[in-house]
Amino acid sequence: MGNGFFTDTTLCIGCKACEVACKQWNQLPSDGYEFTANSYDNTMALGATTWRHVAFVEQPVDEHDPTVNRWLMMSDVCKHCTNAGCLEACPTGAIMRNEFDDVFIQPDICNGCGYCVPSCPFGVVDLIPHQHGIATTFATDGRTNDDAVQSHGGIAGKCTLCYDRQKVGFDPACAKACPTESIQFGDVDELKDRARKRVEQLQARGVAGARLYGVDETTSVGDLNAFFLLTDTPDKYNLPERPVLPSTRQRPGYTSAALAAGALALAGFAIFANGKTE
Amino acid sequence: MPGLGTTFGRGGATTFVQDLENADCILIEGSNFAECHPVAFRFVMKAKERGATIIHVDPRFTRTSAVADIYAPIRSGSDIVFLGALISHVLESGKYFREYVDAFTNADYLVREDFKDTEDLDGIFSGWEAGENLNDSSILNAGTTNSGDASAIDGNKHSAYNRETWAFELEEVPRYDGNGTVKVPKRDPSQQNPRCVINVLKRHFARYTPEMVEDVCGTPREKFFQIAEALTKNSGRERTTAFAYAVGWTQHSVGVQYIRTAAILQTLLGNMGRPGGGIMALRGHANIQGATDIPTLFDLLPGYMPMPAVARKEQTLAEYLGTNTKPTGWWANTPKYFISLLKAWYGEHATAENDFCYDYLPQLTGNHSMMSTTIAMKDDEVEGYFVIGQNPSASGMNGELTSDAFEHLKWMVNIDAYETETASFWKREGTDPTTVATECFYLPSAVVLEKEGTMVNTNRMLQWHDKAIEPPGDTVTDAWIFYTLGKMFKAHYADSTDPKDRPIQHMTWDYEHPDAHERAKGEPSIHRIMKEINGYSVADGTQLKTFTELKDDGSTACGAWIYTGVAPDDTKLMSRNRKADDWVSLEWGFSWPANRRILYNRASADAAGKPWSERKKYIWWDEAQAKWTGVDVPDFPVGKAPNTPAKPGASGMDAHGGASPFMLNLDGQAQLFTAGLLKDGPMPTHYEAVASPVKNALYGQQNNPVAMEWRRSDNAYNGTDNPDYPYVLTSYRVTEMSGIMTRYIPWLAELQPAAFAELDPELAVEKHIRNGDWVTISTALGEIEARALVSGRLQPLRLGKGRRIHQIGIPYNYGTMGHATGDSPSNLIPFVMDPNVSIHEAKSGTCNIRLGRRPTRTRTVVDEAVPQHKPEGQPSLHGAQRDTPGA
Repeated sequence: MGNGFFTDTTLCIGCKACEVACKQWNQLPSDGYEFTANSYDNTMALGATTWRHVAFVEQPVDEHDPTVNRWLMMSDVCKHCTNAGCLEACPTGAIMRNEFDDVFIQPDICNGCGYCVPSCPFGVVDLIPHQHGIATTFATDGRTNDDAVQSHGGIAGKCTLCYDRQKVGFDPACAKACPTESIQFGDVDELKDRARKRVEQLQARGVAGARLYGVDETTSVGDLNAFFLLTDTPDKYNLPERPVLPSTRQRPGYTSAALAAGALALAGFAIFANGKTE
Repeated sequence: MPGLGTTFGRGGATTFVQDLENADCILIEGSNFAECHPVAFRFVMKAKERGATIIHVDPRFTRTSAVADIYAPIRSGSDIVFLGALISHVLESGKYFREYVDAFTNADYLVREDFKDTEDLDGIFSGWEAGENLNDSSILNAGTTNSGDASAIDGNKHSAYNRETWAFELEEVPRYDGNGTVKVPKRDPSQQNPRCVINVLKRHFARYTPEMVEDVCGTPREKFFQIAEALTKNSGRERTTAFAYAVGWTQHSVGVQYIRTAAILQTLLGNMGRPGGGIMALRGHANIQGATDIPTLFDLLPGYMPMPAVARKEQTLAEYLGTNTKPTGWWANTPKYFISLLKAWYGEHATAENDFCYDYLPQLTGNHSMMSTTIAMKDDEVEGYFVIGQNPSASGMNGELTSDAFEHLKWMVNIDAYETETASFWKREGTDPTTVATECFYLPSAVVLEKEGTMVNTNRMLQWHDKAIEPPGDTVTDAWIFYTLGKMFKAHYADSTDPKDRPIQHMTWDYEHPDAHERAKGEPSIHRIMKEINGYSVADGTQLKTFTELKDDGSTACGAWIYTGVAPDDTKLMSRNRKADDWVSLEWGFSWPANRRILYNRASADAAGKPWSERKKYIWWDEAQAKWTGVDVPDFPVGKAPNTPAKPGASGMDAHGGASPFMLNLDGQAQLFTAGLLKDGPMPTHYEAVASPVKNALYGQQNNPVAMEWRRSDNAYNGTDNPDYPYVLTSYRVTEMSGIMTRYIPWLAELQPAAFAELDPELAVEKHIRNGDWVTISTALGEIEARALVSGRLQPLRLGKGRRIHQIGIPYNYGTMGHATGDSPSNLIPFVMDPNVSIHEAKSGTCNIRLGRRPTRTRTVVDEAVPQHKPEGQPSLHGAQRDTPGA
């Protein structure tokens, strides 16, 4: 089917080569030089100009002993969801599913309205702030989008799954740079097969917590084209246990709104009807 | 790397990183492999996936520890105790590889009767000459392979060993040709004699027990046994264990002996020269191996030949060759390599009549290593300084002394791609530039992508790279700078009749670029330089294919014999080869010597030449073809049968038998006991770092008795168990940052944007330090500030006598220049020098820590004497207190 990522956190050594390779290829600026004191994580989250982010989770032996005996590292990225909230919310059609089955924001069409930002169940998409003065070169055809940046203060940015590289047969920059094959790129179905076997192998080896995140999902978001092998529950990695597609809230939302409107109309009618009779 | 060199013969990593994949167990100690060598770590991860046990022993729980199967904490500076206890464990339990040890080591040699061990003399060996007044020559007398030594600098400790007794008992045997007798080391094949090396070793390490490991290293006993079990279970005929270390082992005042301890252990376990075995000396910088092969070191010439030294009485070529040509083993070839080097440098001017211009070479008059030279600078003995791709002000020791020393220079040239703290020393904090008289030049140099050439990686592998883009603006290559300088010197001295100018007049300097465009820019031809390094026939210029073609009669010229074969003819450059297979990849690049990938690989077969096991087959004797064969280039004379007897009294390789894999050593055997080759002992001994929180629990002798110290006011030491500095200080680098190169790159700078200090939560609570607060770390030398990173990855260690020790870690990546800035620990670490290689002690020291920022540096600090131990309550020597947010 489509192309995607399998990020195996058991192979990650937290070197952040993926973050750097991503920024270099996509010519994204640094986010500033803020020391966070949050383990070795100083970029903190995915954002408009950070499309790969390595999370560091220090886990103590137990709650009474601060000694760390496990240091989880995970390279996070846009999930390229089967049912993508950002894509559904985009009013301009800038966000599309491309021929590789990846979710791609066309920078020359995006007007920076920002509807996609709260629509992402994972908090991946963000607006590129105006002051960076970039976001001009990553259109695959070389067109720029200065107008959008100028007029709206920014456009939405997130991982393109290196659409431009894929088009010429290259692997995405992060997967190419990963020294330990923690980030694997390829056909999603093949990757899923590989991942399922890997989980079995790890569990046989005694890694009881090994599990896949984003494969064979029953959530409204569905399977993820960029999925993960974790060794602890998703919340430990700052991932939602059960991500929810915002549009699934539309029906109950509209229904309750309609019911409320109906109820109000009835109440009003009743009041006026009563008044008339009096 | 004499730790490996004196044991096995060559001072380089004995294996290649790709082969780590074949290890059944990998011990990583003295290295943060995953963080500092993430790409090479790929092969460790592959080994792990194949079922290998990965062990990490380190003061901090790092990204390497995170993926290791076993992590053991250790107090920085105590590794000899840990490794020594492993040696004792394998010897006492008999779990060493007996057949390997019997066949390939000096285990059955008898040590001289008058040799006294540290066991006998409470921490020192026989021959110690304590003294203040030993002169240079008495220190420089021993005629070891590569020595430069302590120079007489006032205020120094000048103790040294007379190494006469660190030797084997000799016996007379008939010469192989029947002409009289010859003396060789006496052996006892039964190994019953108490003076047998193996028994001396057993006694020496007897006090290195698991209890001692717990008391001195703070490593829990069960961890020690777990590791001992993993090592012995994964060594032997069927399985192999590899060791990997880096500067975490070298940068100590006993650094060389750390590596010696590992070398002894790996030899006893029988892992040397075998696939999945060996000792991987990880080199941190891109070309650091190349920088020792064709050395930037003061005491070596290319190809690991020593620099002539006054103290060794090497005034003539004959005298030099007399001391440096070994009677037996591969170094019997020294004259061929040395004379070919002189021919390469002085061309037609070098003739047999004039000793091939031997007297053009400078002679060492003392220790001219970096720290000694910096001290001399401060004492107004040095006029000018070239700093090339180095940043001593931030990356060296005692940054303030170093920067201050630069103010005593007349001129200074900095050649670097970036403006470094060294280049900007004249505008550092607390300095008024108008008072600095040093004339400073900054020459911007091209980075790797802007020039073509060769780099030598940790596999001893030469890899050629092309130029991708032109350097910007005025930037030129380092080669351009030196080629141009050479041409200017030649022009300047062209008409001189003064004999002292002849070395420049006669120097080979013919590297004109064939391409008109490059020539117009003044760029030399790197290919022509490569040809000279490779070596060629003087008569017709034909390039040589192997160093066995080199001659001592002046008919060949060669710039570095170990590289011969990299450019076997005019059209071929082996370093360009890029054909990989899944393993040895002989057609990828070129590894010295002779493209061998695993050194001493003769030892992958037993004494009879058969592989130790099918599983660990690598190089073996092919009876039918009567030659050594296998998957690598044999590191042995290819036609020398395993049953060839040694010929006593013969010279060179003939003196070795067919079962002597370590052919650069005199006897072809691995040296469990090194006879007089190292300056601080024939066997490793635990000494505490010069700054240590504890007394030496093993001996009365506290520190390495022959380490070099500079006891002066601008180089104050914390000393031992100083209550003002109760915590262990260790330094390192992190993945995201190397130094000046990375600090200017926004993508890297944002990943680790500020200097930080890692400390354990218990200490943080005690000192009221919260995660992210500013803290000040101090030693007797000075203070630096950093952001606190409080983490349970560091843990207090429980040592003997109920001592609880906290360790504080500070990365060495920062300075004032670039986007990611912060104080460098160089301002905390004084000059101390290991006696063998003049290495500093940056990995273990002591310090104190407090909440808040340090005061600003003011000029008064520089010239004022800093007391050795600051009494309580004494006012700060520094200037105004800065505001301390969060205090």
